[in-house]
Amino acid sequence: MNPDTPLHPADALLRGLFGEDHAVRREGKLLAGTARVGAHTVSVVGTTEQAHIGVDLALAMSRHVLDTMRDAPGRPLVLIVDNAGQRLSLWDELMGNNGCIAHLTKCLDVARRSGHKVIGLVHTLAISGGFMATGMATGACYAMPGAELRLMAPSAMARVTKIPEERLAELSRTQPVLGPGVDNFVRIGGLHGVFAGDPRAALLAALEAEDDGDDPRRRLGAERGGRPHAQAIAARVRAGMP
Amino acid sequence: MRVARHSYLEAGARARILGVLDPGSFREFCGPRARCTSPHLPLLDMPVALDDGAVVGEGRLADRPVLIAAQEGGFMGGSVGEVHGAKITGLVERALDTRPDGVILLVDSGGVRLQEANAGLIAMGEIQRAVLVVRAAGIPVIVAIGGKNGCYGGMSIIARSCDWIVASEEGRLSISGPEVIEAVEGIEEFDSRDRALVWRTMGGKHRRLLGEVDVLVADDVEAFRAALAGCLGRPRALDRAALEAEQVRLEARVARFADCRDGLDVWAALGVAEPRRVPELDADDFERMVRSMEDAR
Repeated sequence: MNPDTPLHPADALLRGLFGEDHAVRREGKLLAGTARVGAHTVSVVGTTEQAHIGVDLALAMSRHVLDTMRDAPGRPLVLIVDNAGQRLSLWDELMGNNGCIAHLTKCLDVARRSGHKVIGLVHTLAISGGFMATGMATGACYAMPGAELRLMAPSAMARVTKIPEERLAELSRTQPVLGPGVDNFVRIGGLHGVFAGDPRAALLAALEAEDDGDDPRRRLGAERGGRPHAQAIAARVRAGMP
Repeated sequence: MRVARHSYLEAGARARILGVLDPGSFREFCGPRARCTSPHLPLLDMPVALDDGAVVGEGRLADRPVLIAAQEGGFMGGSVGEVHGAKITGLVERALDTRPDGVILLVDSGGVRLQEANAGLIAMGEIQRAVLVVRAAGIPVIVAIGGKNGCYGGMSIIARSCDWIVASEEGRLSISGPEVIEAVEGIEEFDSRDRALVWRTMGGKHRRLLGEVDVLVADDVEAFRAALAGCLGRPRALDRAALEAEQVRLEARVARFADCRDGLDVWAALGVAEPRRVPELDADDFERMVRSMEDAR
């Protein structure tokens, strides 16, 4: 390889996580394969180049998750998240993109429930339905420093909500539910944490961390103060209080 | 004698619940008097609703115990914010404690409440996780779609994570709305004002023919009630074998309809005799046609 050719961002991430010696292939915007982290062999699946998640990518990822469950029961799954949301096209809607994305998330959930550790890592970007399709269906999702997460672009949000963009930007500084970015998603419990420092060490720690129950996000959001109401309201309803 | 129809589409969340459940059996949790309102909307100078647009509680359907939630489409398009989402999550999780014959979600939602952006998005994931936990415990979760806002965004992923979906022709089920697709990709990709196109792409009949909806019913509260009752106590398998079968089914769909550009093309490829007549079939005739096609396969 020409030493002057810049490394593809996904290849750089994979090298940082797994060193040179991994077997994760990049085919178009899909990532799939296996790698080693410490004493663990892990199955890696995900997307790159800020892919739009359509039916084809969703089903390619679910295929890889199911293959892992069949061929290597219990092997941890590492999900690399880099997307610009769901694909916006008539054909994908005609085929039921929501059903294909739901299928992918069900595969991740059943994998987790049957003993596979499922770790998400937001690489550069995760938007809305693209985050729900991937990182939000893991047992614990982390982000690389500087990654971006959001529901929609601030300009579009201003247009749809009819709140001026300057006012939204001002509110976003103090309201973690409104503002984009890793820090806000950490504060509301939508991310477990950030891979600061050596990503390989951080991934190893994530793989060896205790399981955090079926859904720690409300608790984390309350502890971190970014989403203080969800946990109490859900508990109140679960208790059947009027 | 035919009883006068009560439109499900026109009914509000509470009227839908009262119409679906056995008379006098509904007990609401965290109701309007509890004033669990959105903490975020006042910061944007926006009005709140005393139930935050989500009505949740328990009752009986066909004399069987159920938990039920309904989204109020008249409040911010049935959108999911922090409180709205937490109410539904808590309701679904209650099934682990009370083990009802089913959890019923009357969906009427455009998706995440943009004014509570990040909290609404994570709430979607929490509702879905709760659904999957309850399904793993063998309790069926059943969705009804037939409101004016349809079932869009994260709610569409949640719906397809449940056991059964009952929908009317008026119900729409899709992740992205027509207006969003048009705004981003242009009118050549999707003309959102072409209502017939919207229904051929996302409507209840197309979703039923595709296998994404289990029962199509008329826009009638009693029809929804009967169809929902038929799903009680019938959990579907959610394990590796079931997911393998679903993978095969979805891969076959994508390959089979790769060249289709319209619902009409899909219906013709499925063997519907007169695709252009599908929109005018009444719900019962349509359901009979689909079942005979399924039996023939």
